[in-house]
Amino acid sequence: MLDFTILTDYLPMLGNAIILTLEFTLLSTIVGFLWGIVLSLIKISKVKPLVLFAQFYTSIFRGTPLLVQLMLIYYATPQLLNYQITALQAGVLTFGLNSAAYISESIRGGILSVDKGQWEAAMSLGVPKYRLLLDIVFPQAFKNTLPSLVNESIALLKDSSMVSIIGVADTMRWASLIQAKTFRAFEAFIVAALVYYVLVMALTTLGHYLERKVRVSD
Amino acid sequence: MSVIKIDHLKKNFGDLEVLKDISLEINKGEVVAIIGPSGSGKSTMLRCINLLEVPTGGNIYIDGKNIMEKGTNITEIRKNVCMVFQHFNLFQNMTVLKNMTYAPMVVNKLSKEEAEQKAMKLLERVGLADKAGEYPSRLSGGQKQRVAIARALAMEPEVLLFDEPTSALDPEMVKEVLDVIKALTHTGITMALVTQEMGFAREVADRICFLDGGYLVENTTPEEFFTNPKSERAKQFLATVL
Repeated sequence: MLDFTILTDYLPMLGNAIILTLEFTLLSTIVGFLWGIVLSLIKISKVKPLVLFAQFYTSIFRGTPLLVQLMLIYYATPQLLNYQITALQAGVLTFGLNSAAYISESIRGGILSVDKGQWEAAMSLGVPKYRLLLDIVFPQAFKNTLPSLVNESIALLKDSSMVSIIGVADTMRWASLIQAKTFRAFEAFIVAALVYYVLVMALTTLGHYLERKVRVSD
Repeated sequence: MSVIKIDHLKKNFGDLEVLKDISLEINKGEVVAIIGPSGSGKSTMLRCINLLEVPTGGNIYIDGKNIMEKGTNITEIRKNVCMVFQHFNLFQNMTVLKNMTYAPMVVNKLSKEEAEQKAMKLLERVGLADKAGEYPSRLSGGQKQRVAIARALAMEPEVLLFDEPTSALDPEMVKEVLDVIKALTHTGITMALVTQEMGFAREVADRICFLDGGYLVENTTPEEFFTNPKSERAKQFLATVL
């Protein structure tokens, strides 16, 4: 019936696979967060062409499947730009660009939820706009946005299993490989599921910890 | 010479004409109370003085400089004309002390030590030195407003604008804030105060400006205004509030 001993040979590989999953999640979260901040600033700016661009961008990335985006970026980049993009690069780029679309909406909401009085008080003291954004609006917006940022990185962690399709040797790929070699599915996939679950729980705990930290001023 | 000179100021919000034609001069060291029924444009006029609202027409001069002219350095004006708000607007992500030192450090380029020293002195003056390490959310409304006044003073402005500083306070906290404001009237700082506190306006102001319907209807001494108002509208207003 069940035979978990078949996994023993593959366990050392699992360590690398988990590291790759984490690396992938971290990199795409960073790309998504930074690009998301830029997009959210564009959305609250009043520069019409830029706002339209950001809205169009968001609608494209929210309106098409992630897997299609991944395939397009991985396979079309070499074809169109004559640049052999690695699977990891393609994955980070796709997931970063995609999550930026979602994150930008959360951050925009977070910024708009900061009381107008905070802007006015800073302006009335002569604080320049960029400092006001950096020191007063962003910290408060971040606090409001943190729960959805944690959710987004959890989603990225789970969606990262998709990059196994283009050959990144992540946790999911590890399980598929074992299935291909041993013709047994349950053992490997249940371990993969467990790995993802533990990682998500760890992220959730980290999120709660961060939330408590940023709520000291409440 | 007048510190603030408002010259035929107009302000529209869309189709709504809030300020129709206001001209007013405020001299150095003067305390001017701006009163009037709600919707008369008091706050809007005050907010035009530091360009939180951009006037639709007219000119505003501060120390003789027309702030409506293109290329005016708004920051230079604002650090010299500070405002105290109805809803305090303390920076919620900063402690009381940080609220006090932030703008002096960022705008006036004070060192941290200088700014903190000055902040502590001002906090003592408003009786809140023991709250320096607290976040604003832990303070009462009256305490928040006293910190907000101290924060404005930390910029050492020439002019202080008060936008209904006690309107959002519980009744028992009004006095502590008014006492702080009253103590400032002897320091030579120029003050424009939008208020509903008629007794206070009468007591501390050098001059009363009565606004109604977007016009400056009366501009006179407190004595004259409260005992012998000239316009019918001021009489009606006083009859309802006194």
